[in-house]
Amino acid sequence: MESLGVLLLRPLDTYLEQELDRRCRLLRLWDAPHDRRGEFLRAHALSIRAVVTGGGSGAGGDAELIDALPRLEIIVCYAVGFDHVDLTRCRERGVRVTNTPDVLTDDVADLAVGLAIDAPRRIPHADRYVRAGLWKANNGYYGLTNQFSGKRVGIIGLGRIGLAIAKRVEGFGCPRTRQQAYPNYTYLPTVVQLAAVSDGLVVACSPKEQSRGIVSREVIEALGPRGVLVNVGRGAHVDQPELVAALAEGRLGGAGLDVFEAESDVPQVLMALDNVVLAPHMGSGTRETRKAMADLVLANLEAHALSKPLLTPVV
Amino acid sequence: MASAATGAAKPGLLLLRRTDATFIAALRARFRVHDFYASGAALPDYLTAAAAEPDPPRTALVVAGGAILVDAAFLDAVPSVGCVVTTGAGVDHVDLAQCARRGAGEIFSVDVADHAVGLLIGVLRRVAAADRYVRAGLWPAQGDYPLTTKLSGKRVGIIGLGSIGSQIAKRLQAFGCAISYHSREPKAFAPYRYLPDAHALAADSDALIVACALNDATRRIVGRCVLDALGPNGVLVNIARGVNVDEQELVAALQEGRIAGAGLDVFQNEPHVPPELRDMDNVVLTAHEAVFTEESRANLQELMIGNLEAFFSGKPLLTPVLPP
Repeated sequence: MESLGVLLLRPLDTYLEQELDRRCRLLRLWDAPHDRRGEFLRAHALSIRAVVTGGGSGAGGDAELIDALPRLEIIVCYAVGFDHVDLTRCRERGVRVTNTPDVLTDDVADLAVGLAIDAPRRIPHADRYVRAGLWKANNGYYGLTNQFSGKRVGIIGLGRIGLAIAKRVEGFGCPRTRQQAYPNYTYLPTVVQLAAVSDGLVVACSPKEQSRGIVSREVIEALGPRGVLVNVGRGAHVDQPELVAALAEGRLGGAGLDVFEAESDVPQVLMALDNVVLAPHMGSGTRETRKAMADLVLANLEAHALSKPLLTPVV
Repeated sequence: MASAATGAAKPGLLLLRRTDATFIAALRARFRVHDFYASGAALPDYLTAAAAEPDPPRTALVVAGGAILVDAAFLDAVPSVGCVVTTGAGVDHVDLAQCARRGAGEIFSVDVADHAVGLLIGVLRRVAAADRYVRAGLWPAQGDYPLTTKLSGKRVGIIGLGSIGSQIAKRLQAFGCAISYHSREPKAFAPYRYLPDAHALAADSDALIVACALNDATRRIVGRCVLDALGPNGVLVNIARGVNVDEQELVAALQEGRIAGAGLDVFQNEPHVPPELRDMDNVVLTAHEAVFTEESRANLQELMIGNLEAFFSGKPLLTPVLPP
């Protein structure tokens, strides 16, 4: 695929970039200063046939970009979520889209369970307490936390990641977890019911439009002052202002969050709370998994270049 | 029959632990409580005074952690004591050879196991460090947190496959980890690979978890050799006792990068934590709290009373530990 013109939207991974550089004709969008990006795209429009994006909000792949690239054939996402790509426009233009499912399932599930333990057991808080010298200053005192094992865990979204989370929490004696498939309408009473019978909710659903705001005020209230929310899906799944208020006011017991409405913008209120654990969207952030994701991106590009079936197509 | 108010005295109980008002009230409703910490007396005087009573106490409820040692001197001072009830899975503060019977808690193992898993995820995936990163405003300023390492599929070696070690194994299996263990003897029904010593176990593990009781054989069971065998990509988790690990060697190994990280709930000299550890991002430090959840505390108090009542009514203890 040496003649394949590939546009990389932002730095993602050194190994990936090196391989793209070695095996394709790589263009880096960030070589142009922000205000000159339009010019850059116009100058290279005819040679760009593929775009590689990351994941998360603002990762690129919107209609504007697609429209600026008349020779675009494929958008390859270095991520499992593809909500940043305008799929409708892609279908209209015949542009293929791939993502990186499966290779990151274990990592995201591991982090979700880590957050689910850390929120009630306050491990990061204890770590801060010890580092600040408070354990010694308070003569060996540290308060009680809340148990994790045996608690009722409700998983929203029982896809690959949700299933992997379910398998892990069952090892802790958590009663058989319940899945909640979300039907195709905005108000979802059954998620509220799930919250009402759960000690903790884990959001692991894929970023579809109908799951936007699925964790609403009612769901948060149903979860209650001893309930815990873990989110490894998308910030958009949760009504963030409601969540923040509920945590600050003690109406929700705790939370473990890997994703936010607008990353990397974490509300100040959350940063001051001890009953939350905050992670910078690192669900798939291990060396092993990122290499596997990079290899899958490269494999999809190569398949496309050789007119072979794509490995993990979305469109 | 004499009424409860004027009738048979309640059985005596030596209380050598701090506790809350509710629990003391529950104890006083059933026993004649000799409260050590409330007395303000020195231990020998307190014991002598109790022993001098016409109906000296036959039971003792003792705090774990080593503040009170139930050793020969203790038992000689109050020979009437026939049952020692303590908290925590560890019995290193109780000289079992000197004691007839004792009660402890099986119920703690789940909380300690959960904490061990939390520490392991924490040290491999840098959850606490990343949380600090976010709170310091570094995510917008410096971008994504550096890549960490995957937990699923790692080789986990557990030192001590008692109730805690078994619970840890069961949990980590669900993460796709390969479990091996070392204990005094292989466990007949354990479906995991046995290694004959801690060094061999460390050499074959990506993560080494210390979950054994503290006794002469396990004091400093993790020393320089074991740490070197664990190696520069290996991590250590300790939820047992600080002195199961040679703390100085551990600090040196971490400083020199001879092991990759550690998750520690216990230390040699609590609450003192080696200052060198406090600046490291590849360690997770917690305040010997693995067992202390609200749920286990409630269970614990019921269990302690249950054991005491069983003793006084001549029934089998609920959770006995027999001398080795």
